Amino acid sequence: MDLTLSPSEQGFRDELRAWLADNHPGEDPPGDDEAFEHRRQWQRQLYDAGYAGFSWPKEYGGRGATLVEQALFGEEMARARAPQPVNVLGMVMGGPVVIHHGTDEQKERWLNAILTGDEIWCQGFSEPESGSDLASLKTKAVKSNGEWVVTGQKVWTTYAHKAKWCMLVARTDQDVPKHQGLTYFIMDMEQEAVQVRPLHQITNEPEFNELFMEEARIPDENVVGGVGNGWSVAITTLMNERAGLGAASAAGMRMALTDLKQLAIERGVTDDPLIRQRIAQLAIEVELLRLNSWRGLTQIMKRGVPGPEGSLPKWQWGEIHQALTELAVDILGEDGADWESPWTYRLLRSRANSIEGGTTEILKNIIAERVLGLPKLR
Amino acid sequence: MNFDFTDDQQAIKRTANELLGARFKPDRVRELAESGSYDDDAWKEMSELGWAGIFIDEEHGGQGLGIVELAILTEELGYALAPVPFLSNAAAGLALQFAGTDEQKQRWLPGIASGEARGTVGMLRDGEARLVPDADSAEVIVLISSDGSTAVVEASAADIEPFETMDRTRRFARVRVDGGEPLGGDCFAAGDRIATALSAETVGVAQKAMEMAVEYARDRKQFGRAIGAYQAVSHRCAQMLLEVEGSRSGAYYAAWCADAEPESLPEAASGAKAYSSDAGWRVCASSLQVHGGIGFTWEHDLHFFLKRAKTNALLYGSASEHRERVAAIGLGELESSSAQPVEA
Repeated sequence: MDLTLSPSEQGFRDELRAWLADNHPGEDPPGDDEAFEHRRQWQRQLYDAGYAGFSWPKEYGGRGATLVEQALFGEEMARARAPQPVNVLGMVMGGPVVIHHGTDEQKERWLNAILTGDEIWCQGFSEPESGSDLASLKTKAVKSNGEWVVTGQKVWTTYAHKAKWCMLVARTDQDVPKHQGLTYFIMDMEQEAVQVRPLHQITNEPEFNELFMEEARIPDENVVGGVGNGWSVAITTLMNERAGLGAASAAGMRMALTDLKQLAIERGVTDDPLIRQRIAQLAIEVELLRLNSWRGLTQIMKRGVPGPEGSLPKWQWGEIHQALTELAVDILGEDGADWESPWTYRLLRSRANSIEGGTTEILKNIIAERVLGLPKLR
Repeated sequence: MNFDFTDDQQAIKRTANELLGARFKPDRVRELAESGSYDDDAWKEMSELGWAGIFIDEEHGGQGLGIVELAILTEELGYALAPVPFLSNAAAGLALQFAGTDEQKQRWLPGIASGEARGTVGMLRDGEARLVPDADSAEVIVLISSDGSTAVVEASAADIEPFETMDRTRRFARVRVDGGEPLGGDCFAAGDRIATALSAETVGVAQKAMEMAVEYARDRKQFGRAIGAYQAVSHRCAQMLLEVEGSRSGAYYAAWCADAEPESLPEAASGAKAYSSDAGWRVCASSLQVHGGIGFTWEHDLHFFLKRAKTNALLYGSASEHRERVAAIGLGELESSSAQPVEA
């Protein structure tokens, strides 16, 4: 057991930390379009410094970073309170899918513009009637004259209004079991047949969108991983989404905890034994989130693939962030009702943490069935 | 970065798991618990393997290994629910190894390391230590109070009153002493290592209780299917895994800090003890719920785990006391490296 960093890992971290100190873009400016451009610029800055597509193999323009370096990268970005680069979905999900399942032509066409941020990617998986039960999705793609014609609706599509490409999973065969009839497409968003409508969440931000497709066209060469293989291709991206995020989310919670302690000190409540107990419990759980993440990473390094226990940090993170923001608003008392308070915003936004990227209930199912070996409900 | 055991540590874990599994089959644990006695032969065997002095330096008859190796053993002892006076003796060894004077070490550590002249530790509150494991069979007792004052006394000079706790897999007593000689060094450094070893024991107890729940949920059928297929049950089991793995990460990390990064130990040890104290009880109680009525019977083994987990939670500082210490460190009121022990 050795939880220290090697000299090269330490060197990497110090270099990144120094770079972030010199190049931090500052907070997002007000206004959705302004914030978007700010983050696109940030993406470009990361790309120019060789930090975009960090986990991607070098031959595809990435850095070929080790898992430890990836975790350190996430930790340092959170520690510096750096904004998310604009094309995070392309880098974390779309790019890895193309790298794993795509043809040489597809790699040539798409990969570089993901890293530079010149082409933004969005994700068309969930539908109004297919959330956790993703494989039941109904959006239909029919082949006609060498291209695919797509009709249906998607939802929770971040950056759909800015995206050039959509990772779209659609049903291409109605006559086989639901997991076998799906195909993974890369759909051009710039066509009349694709309509985007903003979806305002409880914070009143239009962070997500609804996506309507009425006979949208996708050329056959935009199928990734073969017709009928959409489920296993999509699962790769979901596993990629979860692997390695733990350390970054723990670092994010560590910053939130620092803010919380500062708030408690400012509000003069640090002598309240109940507040002290709650702060301590959060401090302990944030630390355990970090430790579970690093333990999970050690297991991935030994076995080569992310395991289902990668579901634990996502679950923990959601619970911690919700409890932390609840405590902050308790400390604020009546001021916690203030719509302008950043803590009020976080209180509300954190309610999505146990839903987005896999609900806590689905994560519990995965753990019960695949880690503990309990029988399936279905 | 390798948050896993070395090959040597894996070997210790495997040996401990196999030996304890063979010596402490459930019927044997029950027999010992119901008679309130220990397995002296098993204790002798463990001592001959060097377990009792695993972390004690070789100069004083130990193996010269670390707290990680100690935590590996205590986790397995908890998993087997072994009725042996290991933890009490290890606590005394830790107190003397990390805070004893040269003279105290020379006098007591060899007997602790060989398992032949055992020791124990109690937390002194208002002149009395009210939950002291194995005081009635120890040769030396170390008492630590919240202000950092300490007393090392021969057991023969102490007033020892054995009493029955809910945890029948171990023996406890109340202890009063007059005088005694203080430890020479930093008793908090010792206390943190004791809390760490105890947290690892609770991890083992909780792990086994979780496994029992999962096995039962797979086998037990109601309404025509295994109850583990119902999410009310399976999500309960997933929660157990979350808490067991959290406890394990915390205990392993604290053990590693003790050996490699002592400045981080106070927060890590109190964090591990606070979390595992709550989790140990909750996991066992949740396992009982999964078992339903059978889990509430004396004839089922689960209650021995439940009671040991709760007793571990109450021993050497409660969850609330350790959380308070984490709060004080986290709010910058205490330097982590010279943190006070839990309030008594």
